[in-house]
Amino acid sequence: MANEAENLTGAEIVVRCLEEEGVEYLFGYPGGSVLHIYDALFTRDHVNKIQHILVRHEQAATHAADGYARATGKPGVVLVTSGPGATNAVTGIATAYMDSIPMVVLTGQVPTTLIGNDAFQEVDAVGITRPCVKHNFLVNDVKDLATTLKKAFYIATTGRPGPVVVDIPKDVTAHKTTFEYPATTELRSYKPVQNGHPGQIRKAADLILSAKRPMIYTGGGVVLGDGSEELIQFTQSLGYPITQTLMGLGAYPATNKQFIGMLGMHGTYEANMAMHECDVLVAIGARFDDRVTGEVDKFCPNAKIIHIDIDPSSISKNVRVDIPIVGNIKNVLQDLVKEVQNNTRTVDEAALSKWWAQIHNWQEKNCLYYDHGSELIKPQAVIETLYELTNGDAFITSDVGQHQMWAAQFYKFDKPRRWINSGGLGTMGFGLPSAIGVQLAYPDRPVFCITGEASIQMCIQELSTCKQYDLPIKLICLNNRYMGMVRQWQEMFYDKRYSHSYMDALPDFVKLADSYGHLGMQITQPNQVENALKEAIALKDRLVFMDFITDPAENVFPMVAAGKGQHEMVLSPLSPQMPVERELA
Amino acid sequence: MRHTISVLLENEAGALSRVAGLFSARGYNIESLTVAPTEDPSLSRMTIVTHGSDNVIEQITKQLNKLVDVVKLLDLTEGAHIERELLLIKVNVNQVAVCDDLKRMTDIFRGRVIDVSDSCYTIELTGTGDKLDAFIKAVNPKLIVETVRSGVSGIARGNRTLRT
Repeated sequence: MANEAENLTGAEIVVRCLEEEGVEYLFGYPGGSVLHIYDALFTRDHVNKIQHILVRHEQAATHAADGYARATGKPGVVLVTSGPGATNAVTGIATAYMDSIPMVVLTGQVPTTLIGNDAFQEVDAVGITRPCVKHNFLVNDVKDLATTLKKAFYIATTGRPGPVVVDIPKDVTAHKTTFEYPATTELRSYKPVQNGHPGQIRKAADLILSAKRPMIYTGGGVVLGDGSEELIQFTQSLGYPITQTLMGLGAYPATNKQFIGMLGMHGTYEANMAMHECDVLVAIGARFDDRVTGEVDKFCPNAKIIHIDIDPSSISKNVRVDIPIVGNIKNVLQDLVKEVQNNTRTVDEAALSKWWAQIHNWQEKNCLYYDHGSELIKPQAVIETLYELTNGDAFITSDVGQHQMWAAQFYKFDKPRRWINSGGLGTMGFGLPSAIGVQLAYPDRPVFCITGEASIQMCIQELSTCKQYDLPIKLICLNNRYMGMVRQWQEMFYDKRYSHSYMDALPDFVKLADSYGHLGMQITQPNQVENALKEAIALKDRLVFMDFITDPAENVFPMVAAGKGQHEMVLSPLSPQMPVERELA
Repeated sequence: MRHTISVLLENEAGALSRVAGLFSARGYNIESLTVAPTEDPSLSRMTIVTHGSDNVIEQITKQLNKLVDVVKLLDLTEGAHIERELLLIKVNVNQVAVCDDLKRMTDIFRGRVIDVSDSCYTIELTGTGDKLDAFIKAVNPKLIVETVRSGVSGIARGNRTLRT
């Protein structure tokens, strides 16, 4: 515990507060306004509690902290300077906000005497970040510093988690005060709900057991709320089919037969059809995002909907629900399991087996079909091979685009917190820096970043950070020489006018990796894929950049086009189930 | 439908911008917004007049509640309540006839003349928005020099309260 008599500078207080919070890694980049804090880190180095990770761009600091938070459940912590330091961090803050990731971002600020003067490296960080944080603070007085940091960690990690920015002017970090870190904090204006309403849970249990065609639909909230165990118990006690969103993957084991695949725009045919046809929908920690619902008016037309979420504002936002339950996922699911067990009704097994027969029918469409005989490397095959070689037990981060969808479709996650991707904001450049955070959290575990040649270039400079900290991340670059998802939409909806979606003048990624001190590989033939992956995986102490030259025309299927209902999803035109001749680009 | 929402929030720098930012970011309407500290100086009370469908109003109250600075809120429209707004209006009075007319009208509306100069009367008037509208309509528009309105402040009738 802190010695109450200690008189410390604001900078020293910042470092001590982070130590008190048990922060392992501080992702940051120094600059004028945070020099006092960096000095305090330096002089405190002998204590060796916090390791600072020097990134190469502040955006990467936030993504790395974000990846760390997603993989561990602990808050990610970032330190950046004022002005451009803060603005560079904004994309990462917004990414964390959209996916409800606990994060505390400390931004330096010009001295209080200069605030509002358009001082050198001054921006209104509180103003700029306001719409993309859970909350933010400007610390005007060193006496408020410790309590503000306590509040920041409390707000970031409780309720629906999210990023909190603390803006600290330089003079505040120089001023001295007595240091005392509060053990707890309470805010009269912020009281997250814990338990669900018992009456609502009872009603939900009744409805769940009266279902003829039930469907469980879960999202990132189950992962964030560590409700995986309870979800498995709940789902398996009922025998109902379950689908998960992009953010929810892993909370329920993908290899279990009750899991019928991801839903949404690029989810499985069976999951989307089952959503459309179900009569009772149990939504758990999912927010009815537009990429999930498709056209809202056509969404689950026959279903009574139960929605469990910690955030009341998520309920009935996009889709009207019949039984809302606000509460912590873990607690609510525990209560719900009990209610279901104690209910006088039982599962309608006859109806359920009929429902499963229908679902198996849809599954026969083999909606994830792709051409296995191609002479070009199929991106799906790379992911499938990776899945097999890692026994489905690796940490996978991804960037944004086609490769992200293929990773979600073909890597079967059996555990939560293994699948790390930017779902809400869809931030290209997220993959590599978030892998840094994951690899630091789990230094001995395999971490793969599945990326594309466009996304990777948005934070490529972090290869340098990986070198500095000896992070043996494996980059799987599915290089199709296009911004694949943009090209796919242009092919399908813009009459093949490929406006600025071609990646011309690509670097030689092998040489690029080499110049950063890593190993680069280029893989051009389908029959090289497995051996190349084996070789890379065997290199346990090196970062390997694997540049897979893939089929440039491959598209992500199945697909629910924008404005369509879930049941209107199309399969690959090459699928035997959809004998439509596809014209290639 | 028009809703009047009362909000108790922490009297802290930036709290107002969070509310205003929420409305603009999510595309909600603000007809008027008033805010001032309460008898407890650590709290501000805000009255927001907005309009939207039931779904939108539900989202507005949920999103407001989600703001960390918001302590409590009450949708006054859900029960009997009182709304008052202050109007200050400056009117040109070069002719005696206009003076008399204006004085009489001010009395009828239970307003007060609070400042007089050789060319202008300044009148204060409180009431519902409708009443203020009616007064402004009753004055010859050519004579109105300027008007300023406070926006609506609201409070629930009877025992219904908004307090910590």
